Parts: sequence; C-alpha cells; structure tokens
Amino acid sequence: MNRLRFWFLLPAWVWIVFLFIAPLVIVCAYSLLTRGTYGGVELPWTLESYARILDPLYGAILLRSIAIAASATALCLVLAFPLALFISRSKRHKNLYLHLVILPFWTSFLVRTYAWLFLLRDTGLFNTVLTGTGVIRAPLSLLYNDAAVLIGLVYGFLPFMVLPLFATLERMDPSLLEAAADLGARPWAAFFRVIVPLSKAGIWAGTVLVFVPCLGAYLTPDLLGGGKAVMVGNLVQNQFTTARDWPFGSAISITLMLLATMALALFNWRAPKEML
Amino acid sequence: MSPSLAARNNQAAGTGRGLGVYAALAYAFLHLPLVTLIVFSFNASRFTLWEGFSLRWYRAVFTDPEMADAAWTSVVVAIVSTAISTIVGTLAAYALWKRRSRLLSGSLYLSLVTPEIVTGVSLLALFQWAFRWLNWQLGLYTVILAHVSFSIAYVAIVVSARLRTLDPALEEAAMDLGATEWRAFLRVTLPSLMPGIVAAALLALTISFDDYVITSLVAGVDSTTLPMVIYAMARRGANPSINAISTLIVVIFGAIILISERMRET
Repeated sequence: MNRLRFWFLLPAWVWIVFLFIAPLVIVCAYSLLTRGTYGGVELPWTLESYARILDPLYGAILLRSIAIAASATALCLVLAFPLALFISRSKRHKNLYLHLVILPFWTSFLVRTYAWLFLLRDTGLFNTVLTGTGVIRAPLSLLYNDAAVLIGLVYGFLPFMVLPLFATLERMDPSLLEAAADLGARPWAAFFRVIVPLSKAGIWAGTVLVFVPCLGAYLTPDLLGGGKAVMVGNLVQNQFTTARDWPFGSAISITLMLLATMALALFNWRAPKEML
Repeated sequence: MSPSLAARNNQAAGTGRGLGVYAALAYAFLHLPLVTLIVFSFNASRFTLWEGFSLRWYRAVFTDPEMADAAWTSVVVAIVSTAISTIVGTLAAYALWKRRSRLLSGSLYLSLVTPEIVTGVSLLALFQWAFRWLNWQLGLYTVILAHVSFSIAYVAIVVSARLRTLDPALEEAAMDLGATEWRAFLRVTLPSLMPGIVAAALLALTISFDDYVITSLVAGVDSTTLPMVIYAMARRGANPSINAISTLIVVIFGAIILISERMRET
C-alpha cells in the first residue's frame, strides 16, 4: 500500500505546502518586516505592525469585529435552537425541513447578501411598504450600519448553527424528557436543565462554526455596512490594496489566523467526533 | 386521565404548536429574501413597486457583453478548478482512509477555517513574491490555482464521509483474489465511491462559481468573474439586472445542489 499511498497523497501535499502553507509563511514574514517606500516590504525586522494592532484606532476595529461576530453568534444560537428542536421532533417531513435549511445556505452567498441590500435600501421593499401604508413619511436609512451587517451575518450563517444543533438533538434520548416531565419539570425547566446541557457539543460546534467566519467577514460588512461599519476583514483588504501597508495587513491576517486556529482547537476538543 | 396529566399534555401540545409557528417564521426569514429578489426580477419597474410582468432585466443581462464575458470566465474557472480539486481531494481522502495522517487532515481543516480574506491576501502575497523572479502576472491561472486550493478540503471531507460507509474488507477480498492495489482501488472502491465524488465535485463547482473575496484579490485584468461584476454593480446600489442574474444563479445552483444531495444519499 505504501507506494500507492505516496502517489495518492503527493498532489494534495504539494498543493497544501505550496498554496496554503507557503503563502501563510510569506505573510508571517511580511508581518515582521517594514513597509517599503513604494509599497512592498523592506528590512529591518520589527514587531511594530503587531504593536499597531493595539493602537486605539485599530484596536477599536478589532474589538468591534469581535463584538459584531459575538452578537451574530448569540443571535444565531437563540434563533437556531428552536428551529433545530422543531426539525429533530418532526416525524414525517424531517428530511424536507432539513433541506429547507441547507438549500439557501448553498445558493450563492453573494446573492443572499445582495438580497438584503435590495430589501433594506431606501427604495427597498421595507421602505416602500412602510411609506406606502403611511406608517412612515420619509424612508428610513436601514442600510450601511451595524444592524444591517448583523442581519446579513445572521442570515448568512444561521444554517451553520442549525445543523450541528440538530445533529446533537437528533441523538438525544426522548425518554429523558419524559423522565423530567414525570418528575414535575415544566417545559421551560426541562429545556434549560435537560435539553441545553445535553446539547453542549452541538452548541460548541455551532458557536465556532458561526463565530470564525463572522469574525473574518469581508463581503457582508462591505456591501451592507458601506464605508462606515468597518470590520477586521475590510481592514486587511484595505491594507493590501489602497493603503499598501503589507506588513500591517499581514500582522492582522496572522492575528485572525491565530484566532481561527484557536477556534479549530476548541472545536476538536468539544465537538462530537463524528462531525469531523 | 388525572387532571395534572391532562394539563401536562395540553402544555406539551402548546409547546409543539409554538415550535411549529416559530419554525414557519424562521423558514420565512430564510427564504423570503430570496423569493422577493426573484419576484422583483420580473418587475417592469426599476423600483420596488410592482408595475407588471416584464423580462426587460433578463434582456439587459443577456445583451450585456461584460456580463457574458464574466460568466464565461466563471464557467471556465469553475470547471477547470473543480476537475483538479476533485482528483486531488479524492486521492487524498482515499489515502487518508487507508491510514490517517493527522498532519495532512489538520492542514486541510485549517485551510477550511482560514478566513477567506486571509487566504486571498496570502495567495496574493505568494504570487507577487514569485513574480519577482518570474516575468508573469496575475491572470486566469492564478484564479484557478486559488480556487483549487480552497476546494480540496471540501472535496476531501465529502469523499471521506462516503468512504466511511464502505467496508475495507471488499478491497482486501479483491486483493486476495489477485488484484493489485491499484486495480482494487479502480475496480472495487472507485465505483462505489462515485456518488460521493460527484457530490463533492458539484459542491466544489458551486463554491468556485460563487467566490468573490479570494478571486477579486488574485484576478488579473483579463480574468473578471461573474461575482466580481455583480459585486461591482451592487456596490453602486441595487439594480434590477442584479436581481435577474441572481435569479438565474439561484435556480442553477439550487438544481445542482439538489442533485448533489440526492447523490450523497444514494
């Protein structure tokens, strides 16, 4: 087997080493270099770019991104739990209900984000309906703020929360709930004291799966947040294109990468094994 | 039935109904934005007021040469990168099924959780670094290289899931009967793996066709893809032509994903 295995693994290794690891190594090196006079990078080696992340201006963007990603994750958890519970308890159409969650999730992320741009703009559906029915006189500016970004992120990543929650709820023994009820637990008590603790693995997995892409989001804050609601992803893009400060952009990228790796380690540690 | 038991059953039924109502609302939240988008792609007006059925926005899409060029580029990139990543990912998944390698699967998972923007800028940094020695520039091939590198992990994961349902004894039996490793793979494992491979390929195809963030960073002047055109239009504000092209994408993607899900279940 060994020879065949070698040839089978070779292309994947080559690709991973040259087009995943090597780029990260280069970015890591750039993050420790000095910004060149005409863009690019120069010697000497320095930690200055990392120090700049803690600069109040950029530190605020990082904290904001963490806050937005955390809010989006919390909202997804609250919204997804009842839905996952509903799917796991449905009898006849379980597959259909599950597909209804998966389907929009695999249809173009760009299109789904644009859908909210279309709904929330000044002449969008919400404003047209509200002004048409006389609820408001002038259109509300619903777009290009943090709330719009939050809606876009929740909409984009909700399925990432529903699926792992469903996977754990599905395996839960229903007799445990009957036991709780027999012992006098009201539905809410049973929910918080039986269902939630038993679905910890799914909650962890969903939290990581939503938080990581939200933290590094670029498209949603750019389209729905306009210029105002900048997140870390937009900052990275900006450093590599307009600002041409590659060392700083690299330092932020490495920081994001470390956060993602920590999340992956957490996922490995807490998530049920069969999901990997 | 004791009164308390009846009360409890009522309560349970109430919870069930509450969940049902909630689920209906949640599905509305998941699907209505796309449905509205599709409905208004057939609107005669430029605004979100219904003024009658019209195909003018579809005509606008089909007569736009920029859109046609970009769509063609996207199709070429998606097909070539899918072909490469399906082969590379499937071979890796098979080898990892035979014997695990924590290092490789760890790297694959890491590539999956890497934020797109980081993948994009690091590939851009790599290409720019390589161009110091090579007199090349960004183009279609850099887009294809980038797409393959983010699709391999998806392919490997979908194919691995399928491999876990296979019985390794089948291959051993084939080899006991005199087949070489290679023939056992080709004649025994590969055919039963086919639905998983097709599903993985369709997934890679849709991911490649949809990508904006990474593509926009590594694309050259001659390799504008469809998402890049849509994105540029969307940044200038909403436009019914985007609704029309989005509808076409949603319908085509939806069909591909439904086929892929079917394949994964068989």
